[in-house]
Amino acid sequence: MESLYAITTGILTACGLFLTLRGRSFPVVVGLTLLSYAVNLFLFSMGGLTTNGAAILDGSGNYADPLPQALVLTAIVIGFAMTAFAVILAMRARGDMGNDHVDGRQVDEPREERR
Amino acid sequence: MLQHLIVLPVVLPLVSGILLLISRHGSTSLKRVLGIGSTALLLAVAIALVGKATGGEVSYYALGDWQPPFGIVMVLDRLSALMILLTAVLALGCVVFASAGDDEQGSNFHGLFQLQLMGINGAFLTGDLFNLFVFFEVLLLASYALLMHGGGKGRIQAGLHYVVLNLAGSALFLIAVGVLYGATGTLNMTHMAVRVAELEGERAGLVSAGALLLLVVFGLKAAILPLYFWLPKAYSSAPAPVAALFAIMTKVGIYTILRVYSLIFGDQAGPLAAIEQPWVWWLALGTLAASAVGVLAARDLRLLVAYLVLVSVGTLLAGIGMHTPEAIGALLFYLIHTTLVTGGLFLLAELIGLQRGKAGTRLVKGRPLRNGGLLGVLFLMGGAAVAGLPPLSGAIGKALLMVAATPAQQPWLWPLLLIAGLCSLVALSRAGSTLFWRSHDGEPSDRPLGRRQLFGVIWLLGASPLLVLLAGPVSDYTQATAEQLSSPAVQIRALLPDAGGDT
Repeated sequence: MESLYAITTGILTACGLFLTLRGRSFPVVVGLTLLSYAVNLFLFSMGGLTTNGAAILDGSGNYADPLPQALVLTAIVIGFAMTAFAVILAMRARGDMGNDHVDGRQVDEPREERR
Repeated sequence: MLQHLIVLPVVLPLVSGILLLISRHGSTSLKRVLGIGSTALLLAVAIALVGKATGGEVSYYALGDWQPPFGIVMVLDRLSALMILLTAVLALGCVVFASAGDDEQGSNFHGLFQLQLMGINGAFLTGDLFNLFVFFEVLLLASYALLMHGGGKGRIQAGLHYVVLNLAGSALFLIAVGVLYGATGTLNMTHMAVRVAELEGERAGLVSAGALLLLVVFGLKAAILPLYFWLPKAYSSAPAPVAALFAIMTKVGIYTILRVYSLIFGDQAGPLAAIEQPWVWWLALGTLAASAVGVLAARDLRLLVAYLVLVSVGTLLAGIGMHTPEAIGALLFYLIHTTLVTGGLFLLAELIGLQRGKAGTRLVKGRPLRNGGLLGVLFLMGGAAVAGLPPLSGAIGKALLMVAATPAQQPWLWPLLLIAGLCSLVALSRAGSTLFWRSHDGEPSDRPLGRRQLFGVIWLLGASPLLVLLAGPVSDYTQATAEQLSSPAVQIRALLPDAGGDT
């Protein structure tokens, strides 16, 4: 389970990073979203992975670490708000600057037309 | 009441921020009164906090009375009290300046301003690593909105970069917090300091990875060399009172570097002690050199001041890199000076730009200034202070730092610091002569100076001569702060009496 979990987190992070480094604002926003998913998964696993553990301590001994669950909830809420803000900001930038490039300049357009 | 004093710097701006955000419309003058009143009250609270902390006792406030290490704590020591006082002084100047009209360019200025103060104060007070992340997000969210207050192409574009970079930074912060929690099993910074000291070998690698990731995050906030490229554009395009308040934001990064690495990775941490040292010193010198070039290249007064903020970041970081209590005391003195003076210069640049019509703050010929004499004197004072000329406070701060350098560090620090000062001086005198002496033969603009605007500028720039007059007591306080920082055992004993704080 650990390796599957690690591979999932790693692939999500890699995709998120790749998209964040793109030049247009939509892939960047999607990349940030993927990155925050990856981070949430990572946070969730930071207390160690347990199976068949009680969610709340019931005296039986085997229980899941409750702190990462609380933290990941906070991180999800904050990440969600931030993503919403980034989406609105990207739309505003698209409207104000007339294109969706993160620098506000259409640098790669002529090359694409030539193809 | 008195035991709740520690949490007031967070609760007070929160309450007034919520009150201010109830209605988007509504009387501007009422909002101004509430915003200024709350900030003035914050100043009073901050003075009381400094009075409480000055004796050297570390006190804490356990939220919900859950005692450390289990609950979330707010920790008050000399350093956090000093930073809160500094924030309150800066914020009062900014909010009064904004009340002259900047707050009407968009909606909700005062509410967002209070929430930003809440985030900054919380970051200075918290004793919990995850809570630090939450307060970072609070101050960042408010700063995103404030940066784009009033709108405009430049602000949106700079804002997009700023937001995306900081979102990526937040992701890194969470990863670092996760790694540190996984390895030490705690989030309370004091408890973590104890745990790091008793760490077994195989986890040390994890902890050092987490610690260095944190350095990247704090470096992004503080704008250290490879991570500062967002700063000049964001600061120079933000509205003036917001840019002035942002002068404290890079210092939040400096503060967290100081706090985390002196407490968690202090002398008691064994092989992990001073883990940031191999990086910080050289990055500081690089930041100084790069920002000195930026200061010379800037063609706009606001951009110039933004690069001066970077010079100060490099100087402060060099103080951390020297890693002696004397250097930290000196850097804290310099930090007070540079925060207030660069904040004041941002406000002054706005006043100069307003009177120059279309030329604005660009360093080209423009209309003659209506109040050229007064603004010129203020510019001279601010420039001399920030470039580090005697008799103003910059000279004292730099001299303290240079004296604190060990003989091995002097050949690197002295020339770089002095050349950066010279570059600032050259750039500022060039800017000043263009702004005040070279102008078209036209009618001066008819925009008068607002009284509140002048108050904001003089309140912040006036701190410089005041710091010279009070240099003795202030530097005594900062030295005492540095002593307190260099002995984390005191804080460990105050928060966790059973945890063997005698290490």
